[in-house]
Amino acid sequence: MNGKGQERIVKKKRLEPSRLVEEHKGSSGPYRIPRNQVFQDHRKFGFSNIMLVLVILFLFMPLFVVITYSFNATRGMRWNGFSLVWYEKLFFDSKELWRAFGNSFIIAITSSLVATILGSLAAVGIKWYKFKSRAYIQTVSFLPMVLPEVIIGISMLIFFTAVRIPLGMFTIFVAHTTFNLPFVFLLVSARLDEFDFSIIEAARDLGATEMQTLVKVIIPSIMPGVMSGMLMAVTMSLEDFVITFFVSGPGSATLPLYVYSMIRYGVSPVINALSLVLILGIMLIALLFRRFLKTIAASS
Amino acid sequence: MKGFDVTVKDVSRAYGSFKALDDVSIEIRKGEFFSLLGPSGCGKTTLLRIIAGFDTPDEGVVLLDGKNILPLPPDKRQVNTVFQSYALFPHLSVYENVAFPLRLKKVPATTLDAKVREYLHLVQLEAHMDKKPNMLSGGQRQRVAIARALINEPSVLLLDEPLSALDAKLRQNLLVELDHLHDQIGITFIYVTHDQSEALSVSDRIAVMNKGKVLQIGTPYEIYESPATDFVARFIGETNLFSAEVKECVPYEDYYMTTLDIPALGTTIKVTDYDNLSVGQHVSFTVRPEKLKITGDMPTKVGKDINLFKGIVEEPIYSGFQSKYYVSLENGTVIKVIQQHANYMDEGPDIDWKDQVYVSWSAEDGYIVEVVDR
Repeated sequence: MNGKGQERIVKKKRLEPSRLVEEHKGSSGPYRIPRNQVFQDHRKFGFSNIMLVLVILFLFMPLFVVITYSFNATRGMRWNGFSLVWYEKLFFDSKELWRAFGNSFIIAITSSLVATILGSLAAVGIKWYKFKSRAYIQTVSFLPMVLPEVIIGISMLIFFTAVRIPLGMFTIFVAHTTFNLPFVFLLVSARLDEFDFSIIEAARDLGATEMQTLVKVIIPSIMPGVMSGMLMAVTMSLEDFVITFFVSGPGSATLPLYVYSMIRYGVSPVINALSLVLILGIMLIALLFRRFLKTIAASS
Repeated sequence: MKGFDVTVKDVSRAYGSFKALDDVSIEIRKGEFFSLLGPSGCGKTTLLRIIAGFDTPDEGVVLLDGKNILPLPPDKRQVNTVFQSYALFPHLSVYENVAFPLRLKKVPATTLDAKVREYLHLVQLEAHMDKKPNMLSGGQRQRVAIARALINEPSVLLLDEPLSALDAKLRQNLLVELDHLHDQIGITFIYVTHDQSEALSVSDRIAVMNKGKVLQIGTPYEIYESPATDFVARFIGETNLFSAEVKECVPYEDYYMTTLDIPALGTTIKVTDYDNLSVGQHVSFTVRPEKLKITGDMPTKVGKDINLFKGIVEEPIYSGFQSKYYVSLENGTVIKVIQQHANYMDEGPDIDWKDQVYVSWSAEDGYIVEVVDR
């Protein structure tokens, strides 16, 4: 115990707060990481900036060309002055095109709805119930996603002819529902992976009946997954060409098929006009639904 | 007292061949802070789930204020639960989570708003009421879960390891808050935990469970100082536990001075006990590490009731407020000694690794745990 008193004095000396600050001269308040250690200043014409501009040009130049030429007065790649003639033609003299557009729209909505319902139920079933062929079904349901579209298209065509279903809107609807299913299934499954089962018990505990638990807790909490699955399905269905090409019949051409058939007789500037209309339409929808999409992205 | 009493009577529950609860009977008083304490798999959570209504026992009854609640579904019981995983509804804001039970009851908007704000104030979360649960910290989520469980004004609040997912500092703070809350609203709390220090610090009474059985029910003080079984002695706090044989038992003041032969210590020790044990009986003996004294020199005043051992320090562990020493006695048995540092700059009795020390305790500080054969 000798010298303990002395030790005591030495140890009791405290670090003054002012000395702590002095060690980081120049910084105000608590110590901060100097800015340039985290973010390096970009040179204006550095490699990365040039690449960025080039990539953006590569991606969007074609769109600009298409949009510009939709206002051209004549066909072809020579600029003959500004005109809205192709828009006039698009809106007042393209009955076939709008019919195809309507077909695409109907197919997209119906097939994505059915795929969403079936896919969500499948995801819930496979996640929440244990049965024998569970793993098998899970693997098989991903097949339409990995198989080349040509093969799916041909096999569907063979199937429909074999069972004598006339090709047309119905067969397109069936085909689209089929290839949309795995996407919905995947997205809803991902959402269910994070599902906390105790919230079901919590709802019951807090006074909800079984039905109230389903409607007020279970469905709303997996809704983001279901909605993103459905949006995916709509997009996939609208843009599909290959599979639709095989299973469509007379009079059931969707927009991609119709545009393709138009191009075969030379690129009509009507398509350019249609492109701009579609781009604007989609941007408008995206703007309107931006809040909604954001909440989906944030919560899933 | 506003809460109800809960009576668990002869409850058994088996999952296949695994007995989660084996003939458990507990009486919980009105307004009590009652803890179910035990290691994982001891059945404490199963019992809680049975009281909440998420599980049904194979046998037995659960009475809430004298009425059997087993036939009722969870939503019809005056019992609410705070879940281990918080179980907040991810799609609802903090406000809506707390309002959920009232919305189900179709409470008028003005009453609802006032009440939700009142309970958010109770758990100090008014500032966060528009946030979604995933934007909150763990401690805040836990508070939302507590407010949501309390807003229904249950008679009994069940808490299923509510603090286990939080870090140590926060756990201490929330524990104190829980205790305050219990004092404020005065309903019965049933608290499930595997953490003995949590249970000791807040409970009025504790039931210690293991392997589906209740081993001891008592106040924290009773359970710590007079454990009913070896398991309780080892599970609550730290202890030195030895099996022993009674050599002599003579009346001493108003209890009995018992001499025990402890093979692990290679000698006999003295301990006072209230029971008159017969010679030759096998018992367990425990002495808590903080009741042992450790000195570098031979203690000067050695009374006849002092048990004294010589040993070597194998492992000194300094942890600020106390030091713990593993002392290896002459025959190789290691015993634990804890020394509090009560004064500033107190380093304890100048003891270092491999130093020779003396360990001693008075006969009154030991305890005979369990009469092994009776």
